[in-house]
Amino acid sequence: MSSTLVQVIVSGLLLGAVYALFSSGLTLIWGMMNVVNFAHGDFVMLGMYSAVMVWTALGGGPFAAVPIAAMMIGTLGVASYFLLVRHIMKGPMLAQILGTFGLALFLRYAAFWYFGANFKTLPDTIVGGSFELMGIRFEGSRVLAGVMGLAVTLALHLILTRTAVGSRMLAVSEDATAAQLMGIRPQRMQALAWCMAGAATGIAGALIANFFYTSPTVGETLAILAFVTVSFGGFGSVLGALVAGLIIGVVESLSAYLVGPVYKDVIVYILFVLVLWFRPQGLMGKA
Amino acid sequence: MTTQTRRTLAAGAALLTLGIAGGALAQAPVKIGVIYPLSGNSATAGNYSKMALEVGAEVINNGDADLAKIMPLAKGGGLPGLKGAKIQLVFADNQGTPAAGQNQALRLISEEKVAALIGAYQSGITLTASAIAERHGIPFVNGESVAANLTERGFKWFFRTTPVALDFARAYSSFLKEQKAAGRKTDTIALVHENTEYGNSVASVIADQFAKDGLNISQKIAYSANSSDVQPQVLQLKEKNPDVLIFISYTSDAILYTKTMKELNWKPGIMIADNAGFNDPAFVKSLASQVEGLVNRSAFSAGKPGSVPDLFNALYKKKTGGDDLDDVSVRGLQAFLVLADALNRAGGTEPAKIQAALKATDLKADQMVAGYDGVKFDDKGQNVLAASVVTQMRAGKYVTIAPKARATHEAILPYKGW
Repeated sequence: MSSTLVQVIVSGLLLGAVYALFSSGLTLIWGMMNVVNFAHGDFVMLGMYSAVMVWTALGGGPFAAVPIAAMMIGTLGVASYFLLVRHIMKGPMLAQILGTFGLALFLRYAAFWYFGANFKTLPDTIVGGSFELMGIRFEGSRVLAGVMGLAVTLALHLILTRTAVGSRMLAVSEDATAAQLMGIRPQRMQALAWCMAGAATGIAGALIANFFYTSPTVGETLAILAFVTVSFGGFGSVLGALVAGLIIGVVESLSAYLVGPVYKDVIVYILFVLVLWFRPQGLMGKA
Repeated sequence: MTTQTRRTLAAGAALLTLGIAGGALAQAPVKIGVIYPLSGNSATAGNYSKMALEVGAEVINNGDADLAKIMPLAKGGGLPGLKGAKIQLVFADNQGTPAAGQNQALRLISEEKVAALIGAYQSGITLTASAIAERHGIPFVNGESVAANLTERGFKWFFRTTPVALDFARAYSSFLKEQKAAGRKTDTIALVHENTEYGNSVASVIADQFAKDGLNISQKIAYSANSSDVQPQVLQLKEKNPDVLIFISYTSDAILYTKTMKELNWKPGIMIADNAGFNDPAFVKSLASQVEGLVNRSAFSAGKPGSVPDLFNALYKKKTGGDDLDDVSVRGLQAFLVLADALNRAGGTEPAKIQAALKATDLKADQMVAGYDGVKFDDKGQNVLAASVVTQMRAGKYVTIAPKARATHEAILPYKGW
């Protein structure tokens, strides 16, 4: 195999890990409460702006930006839950869709108002440029994002499946009334889910900002990928999002390299349709 | 109804009539609709152009002593040909989509009742917005869209002041031939372009011109604009390692390509960017240090102190808080000044009069804020005197390196990058 092809695959895997990272928050909320958060892309966008602000206002790199973005977007998640989602959940499905969609537009245009429409980029010296290993080039900021992507999705998976809090959260998602009878407060668990999802999304945004551009509409570009990743992997499955993210990343890179960049989306979406055809619940979703 | 109320009403009506009559005494302003990307992925370019047009309108409405020595319309007090009517700009956001551009054109014409339209930056949006103007018989002046087919539609209300793809292709071609003569390698040329109207048309015009001039395009990569990742494209380039690389890209992709090329540590001997994203002030501000030596084209050349571009640049700098006019904003401003000149000569706001005045436009080089030889439209509405210069990125600023007559600096090659 030529070294360029190996480089393409490595780039694809790192890209896929990032896809998984910014999709995990979306899948978590779906799994917990059957709500699709259409504002997800804009949560990522605000996470990216948090990193930009940490850099411009405090001169801090990703090691300061990641926790700050996690806190800010986590708080935004909780606020969205108490002020909006909690109420629209009582309404019909359509209200939920339009509710979070409205939130998306609100956040996007608030960003236009506050940050302006200009593109922002972080100086790339922050995470130490790139290095070469066995003829393959790795870029510091992408490796950091990829590794953090794996770590955060695995951590979310372990919290949900191996801890008492996780069990309580899953209990609420399965039957809120029964869980309440067992002494679990559903609202508290759901708020916690929004907080965790927001924090994961904030981390994703702060890490992506290191190698991507930041603008108020960047959420649109990323949100589509998040939705594809999540439905590919199975709505509600954090591990599924990870596997799907990696597959999409590699398929996208390989098809862009071997077939041509204009065709890569076609190929990714054909694969996506095929998966949904044979496994409508996604790779790892529950039927 | 009591007598009291009736009297009040009558008095009110009388006052209202007086008010309308009083308003008619002062000349009503002429409304010009301006469609630009004020949000979306090209918003930076749109917002800077908006400020450039505002500077232009302020000069015509309120005057500028220095400019008035050169430009007849800079004396202040509006348009003398329209009894001193002031110009009112009505801005609309095309949101970066052809559909929004079309809707805004319709809204400006039917609801705002604008006398003429200016816009719309992206070629694909100019295409749809100008079709609406054509249908309603409203003049549409375009300052910056370069797709060849825009003036090939047989439109009667469409006027374009900017140089077009063929002009750029010739500029790049003669630049590369000069470099070849000077002993630089130009044997293989890669063309990377986004695949909307702008990228496709400019790429094919460059390919045709280069084929005629004996320059070999060895690799052509089309990609979808607003990509989430461009690593595979850069790896394709790295593998083939062309001598010359030409980008035709908007801002978001320009940022990704620049960052990714550095990450993957590859650069060609000569790198040319066809304007657009690589000229966006947001790009230049944050990434200039990573594209040192990048060759570009521009319609803006600051010129001698006291010249039209120099004076406008000073006003613009004040307005933007320190930014210079750039290629996009200067071409927008030039389009506005051409329209203002036509409105003034039209002597009325009837569309047909403005159309006739635009057709008769004959502006000389000394009146130009952009680096054109003048403005004169052919039958298709294209400015035949448009021209552009070849520039190079030097320490955060583009300087003019070709043609020889306008060059302020010598070209430094190979491309340095970061």
